[in-house]
Amino acid sequence: MIEVKNITKSFDGRAVLKDISTTFEDGKTNLIIGRSGSGKTVMIKNIIGLMKPDTGQILYDGRDLITMNKHELNMLRREMGMLFQGSALFDSMTVMENVMFPLDMFSKDSTKERRKRAEFCLERVNLSEAGHLYPSEISGGMMKRAAIARAISLNPKYLFCDEPNSGLDPKTSLLIDDLIHDITVEYNMTTVINTHDMNSVMNIGDNIIFIKEGVKEWQGTKEQVITSNNQALNDFIFASDLFRKVKEVEMLQEEG
Amino acid sequence: MLMGKSISIPDRWSMFFKQLIKEIYKLGVDSLWIVVIISVFIGTVIAIQISLNISSPLIPKFTIGYTTREIILLEFSSSIMALILAGKVGSNIASEIGTMRVTEQIDAMEIMGVNSANFLILPKMLGLMIFIPVLVIFSMFTGIMGGIFASYSTSTGMTPSSFEYGLQFYFNEFYIWYSIIKSVVYAFIISSIAAYFGYNVKGGALEVGKASTNAVVMSSIMILLADVILTHLMLT
Repeated sequence: MIEVKNITKSFDGRAVLKDISTTFEDGKTNLIIGRSGSGKTVMIKNIIGLMKPDTGQILYDGRDLITMNKHELNMLRREMGMLFQGSALFDSMTVMENVMFPLDMFSKDSTKERRKRAEFCLERVNLSEAGHLYPSEISGGMMKRAAIARAISLNPKYLFCDEPNSGLDPKTSLLIDDLIHDITVEYNMTTVINTHDMNSVMNIGDNIIFIKEGVKEWQGTKEQVITSNNQALNDFIFASDLFRKVKEVEMLQEEG
Repeated sequence: MLMGKSISIPDRWSMFFKQLIKEIYKLGVDSLWIVVIISVFIGTVIAIQISLNISSPLIPKFTIGYTTREIILLEFSSSIMALILAGKVGSNIASEIGTMRVTEQIDAMEIMGVNSANFLILPKMLGLMIFIPVLVIFSMFTGIMGGIFASYSTSTGMTPSSFEYGLQFYFNEFYIWYSIIKSVVYAFIISSIAAYFGYNVKGGALEVGKASTNAVVMSSIMILLADVILTHLMLT
């Protein structure tokens, strides 16, 4: 479980995160949603320790990330997996070498066992046949899947995803969403996803946090999103015609 | 701070050595061809130009070989070659690390708990520092071979025998060591400055290009400065 307590962050006197508190539970896909520039990326970067909040606490199962020394932080990071917006696969390595990288760096298993684990992870994301290819030789969806395989290779307790569906077609996006959700449940991980993809919200949002201009505006489940009366959330979610129509149908069904 | 982060004990030695071998090959062995080509041609041109400029009958012909050797050993194979390598290797290091920074590959390493500066920069620095003496020796040898070639092929008055005599005349072995020591310092300058500019890139492709250019310019200036300091320390 990750607890975020009263974090604030400013850049050049401009507050980007304003006193945000929330909890991300184990075995659930937690979504941070909001418009571009609302502070989602800054929040996730603070949570994973790439940025330091001005005030507040970030507790990983009770361990405060902010007060950790370098060694403790490195140890904690070995419990984290991260899927970056652009996948961030290492260009100079093949897909297999990318998945092997965290294992080669930190696993005490033999080379054979490490390779077996990497093969298992690639198989888990249906990418067994692409192990010998370089990132430049595979599609965007395959890159995301390879990045997921790399992120789960060390059996992380916490999985972070920054815009996992950006640049993907709707069908591949659903595939990635389902994969992340299945892995979260399977390994009982605490997963935090930063997204503005409404399909993801409706598909896998066990716990959704809506941020507007650096303030936590709303928190709830995907079922509650549809029925929420929060004006800012409704403006954001139902900006699309499709979702507006979904809401209308839901309302009609409720009335009928 | 970056230097402190880079020069620390690697997380895993086997991975470090793997990277080191890769970097020696990429930064060093891959630079051999350009070093050889430039050295042969410059060695040839130095010999021809000296022979054309020494027309006085009072100056013996072996001076051409002697001067060519001194220029190549003292300055060309170390300092001028380092300036050339600053362009080739320096821009390569800065753009590679810079691209990794803007595409979040360095962030990905940090999230895994890997000391990215140590993993990426230290093997490059050590790799270049280990291999640059080999490049210097190759440059000296091929530069002098270029001079010998000129003595055989031109009709500027120098003869192969006088050139070879000049090459051996008043030979000081320390000059080779002086050149090698200078080159190791230059290798440190090139790799550390390029890594610094690459590692601290913020932005996109445009900034990576700027970082690469700045790395080459700054390395070149520092090489020239180091040349003056080292020459004062070691030869005067």
